[in-house]
Amino acid sequence: MSRHVLLRRQFLGGLGAAGPLMALPRLGRAAAATAGAVPPLEMDLHITRRNVRIAGRTGVGYCVNGQMPGPVLRWQEGRDVRIHVHNHMDEPTSLHWHGVRLPSDQDGVPGLSFAGIPAGGRFTYSFPVLQSGTYWYHSHMGHQESSGLYGALIIEPAGASLLPRADRDHTVLLSDWSDVSASQIINNLKMQDDYYNFRQRSLASLPEESRRAGGLIPALKSRLQWSRMRMSATDISDVSGAIYTYLMNGEAPAQGWSGLFRPGERVCLRVINAAAMTLFDVRIPGLEMQVVEADGNPVVSVPVDEFRIAPGETYVVMVTPLQAQPYTIFAQSEDRTGHARGTLTPRPGLLGPVPPMDPRPVRGMVDMGMAMPMMKGMKAMGDMPMSPPVERTPADEIDDPGPPPLNVENQNIATHPVERVGSPGDGLEGTGRRVLAYSDLVALRPPPDQRPPSREIILHLTGNMERYIWGFNGRKYSESGPIHLARGERVRFTVINDTMMEHPLHLHGLWSELENGADDQHRPLKHTVISQPGSRMSVLVTADAPGVWAYHCHLMYHMQTGMFREVVIS
Amino acid sequence: MMGKDMLPLGLVACFLALPAQAMDDMAGSARPGQTMAHDMSGMAMDDMDMSDMADMEMPTTAPPAVQKAPPAPYQVRKKTPHVVHRAVDAPGPVVDIGHHMQAMDMGRWFHGVLDEFEGRYQAGGRSSLRWDGEAWYGGDYNRLWLKSEGTMTKGRVRDGDQELLYSRAISTYFNLQGGLRLDLDSGPTRAWGAVGVEGLALYQFEVQATGYFSDRGVAGRFEGSYDILLTNRLILQPQVELNLYSRADPRRQVGSGLSDIDTGLRLRYEVWRKMAPYVAVTYDSPLTQGRHMARKRGERASEARFTFGIRSWF
Repeated sequence: MSRHVLLRRQFLGGLGAAGPLMALPRLGRAAAATAGAVPPLEMDLHITRRNVRIAGRTGVGYCVNGQMPGPVLRWQEGRDVRIHVHNHMDEPTSLHWHGVRLPSDQDGVPGLSFAGIPAGGRFTYSFPVLQSGTYWYHSHMGHQESSGLYGALIIEPAGASLLPRADRDHTVLLSDWSDVSASQIINNLKMQDDYYNFRQRSLASLPEESRRAGGLIPALKSRLQWSRMRMSATDISDVSGAIYTYLMNGEAPAQGWSGLFRPGERVCLRVINAAAMTLFDVRIPGLEMQVVEADGNPVVSVPVDEFRIAPGETYVVMVTPLQAQPYTIFAQSEDRTGHARGTLTPRPGLLGPVPPMDPRPVRGMVDMGMAMPMMKGMKAMGDMPMSPPVERTPADEIDDPGPPPLNVENQNIATHPVERVGSPGDGLEGTGRRVLAYSDLVALRPPPDQRPPSREIILHLTGNMERYIWGFNGRKYSESGPIHLARGERVRFTVINDTMMEHPLHLHGLWSELENGADDQHRPLKHTVISQPGSRMSVLVTADAPGVWAYHCHLMYHMQTGMFREVVIS
Repeated sequence: MMGKDMLPLGLVACFLALPAQAMDDMAGSARPGQTMAHDMSGMAMDDMDMSDMADMEMPTTAPPAVQKAPPAPYQVRKKTPHVVHRAVDAPGPVVDIGHHMQAMDMGRWFHGVLDEFEGRYQAGGRSSLRWDGEAWYGGDYNRLWLKSEGTMTKGRVRDGDQELLYSRAISTYFNLQGGLRLDLDSGPTRAWGAVGVEGLALYQFEVQATGYFSDRGVAGRFEGSYDILLTNRLILQPQVELNLYSRADPRRQVGSGLSDIDTGLRLRYEVWRKMAPYVAVTYDSPLTQGRHMARKRGERASEARFTFGIRSWF
């Protein structure tokens, strides 16, 4: 099955004594399942920290059972799990089961679910598994996730799978890695938010811009406009390939990960974005991909050439390579400063060609939420087809905090936010490739709750990039209170993105039913939803799981500088 | 509104406040024959039609008094969303088991930048060394700020200006600063109170404007700079500093009015972000009364000099 549990990671021997600590996972220790009472699936996970050498640079990484990324965990729907997590480090840790519906005290968020797993301590997670699909797990403590503490989680369905039968099954876990410590990165961003952006507009890029803008005057005008706003049109990713090495299943792109196939076989690729700060655009030149599952939930198969995946999201795609040749899995970072790479190959050792990187996206007025109708004729709008309006059943009550204040923590108001569920995202318009958009996702199973929302909650995503502060409604986490939902309540979260960046919003413990234009029976359930810059987007949430849950942007440094809320259901 | 819609309010209030079992009973009595499931797998309240709850505020905490609202005929009404204006995430006590969340976004940072650390060359042994830098420690709003500048020529330091300021973020791009300025150099020492603003102006101009006061009158300083990116690492930066004094201070060679200017055009190369050597043309000169004072002393009033230095920060 997936080869990548047997990673050829090259470790520096900074922690030679760690070897004996790595007990083998007792996967399937209780595998002798008898009919009737199935004993829980027990497993042991050992967390360690050690020096990791990737692409010639050494940094501190976190391992699960000696591996970085951690092992692929396989659970079964309907069978309880008991996971014994052993912390072998001198710092506290935690594991969060991303996208899994469970009691809130098992969710693994230190501070919200429990007090964390102390240094040298142990914690046993124990809960029923009530769903199937492709998920992942990661630390929710400090900067550990940014430094490698994550792994894939696959839950087999109890009954027949709704996915097409595949001959092979590979997990493709994408991440970003740097030998620069996460605390150093955020420290640098606090001082200079464009610290890692070496693709800004400059005198040298003016001729090229003039050509694209159709003259020197429009190019200069655009620059003036952006500098007047004290923002940068080239601000795509806060942290870039300048320090990141983009990994596929822990492998740097020079060789990359590889997975085997026989020509004509249907290959299932479970793609997970475990990156701290990077949205990836994934394609396999020469192969059409059928998207069959999004965030663990089966969808009506969508044929695409490419899809964008944000940190936290998972997609399952099916491919059927016919030729006995290597196919490159190419995952370029959204800002086009680097890529992760893997190969589907009929024989070990073959490598396919790596396609050139696309031009890096440039932000426009749409991203600022200033896509005024009168601008429709302008160039900025020309290559940005508007999504059709999404029909929404009105809620009884709308809680509208109004436009966020322009203050220390917020630098922009999206005066004209637009629907962007029909857009694959910045940089993916007009590529000539079929790129997945959220409006393409049609659930295979009807969502379990079809009540209209009784309450609509409007939230603004805000930030001040100059000071590197992020938040909701112009406030960071420490200046805000929990969002209270009544148990059983059906609410609509309407998210207006006043910033000019994407924010993958992850709601713990509950499904986010994406209002993407599909009807009541076909709205996809997601656990992580990208809010596109300058957009208005909504999800329906049934507050059926009591407890305290986290709701946050899954870009680590946005979360850690304030784009985080508690959701309390009681 | 409470009176008119007492029943639905009561229903919602109970729904919010009561434990699941009690709620089932409640809903059962209000709408016989229908039950509600509250387990995770079943998804609660499939049957419950909430369309009769229009035009009312949903309380976040329900008063216990309304729990005994009497049953009334079920009504279906056309929904018109009722709009309220309160942020759901308004400040309030948060859950924080083991104090992990407490300081998540309340980090304190320590940074310093030496914008100018340069040799200004002039024939006749009158070259000078100039520095201008600042350091700060603190969080997003409150910081302790240290500024230092001075020029050393032939072993004598002049224009020595050291400031210790409290800085408060007051707007998206600006900080209000106040504190103490000490003119500490080879001349007589002077102490001033200082109040100013510092930040990023429209079109991305870095500006600082500070007013000073003491028993010697008032003074002011304006500093501005702008980064022109030739490439992403080669950056041309015009910079200017102007000083004003209400009264002359001959012992410190300061004239009243617009007393002096220090300006430069620096071309730096960011080898990495925190380390950028530069070449520059700098010009500094006493102005108006200060210029006369300098001439009286027989000094050359203004100097344009070739300069090179290093900009660095941590």
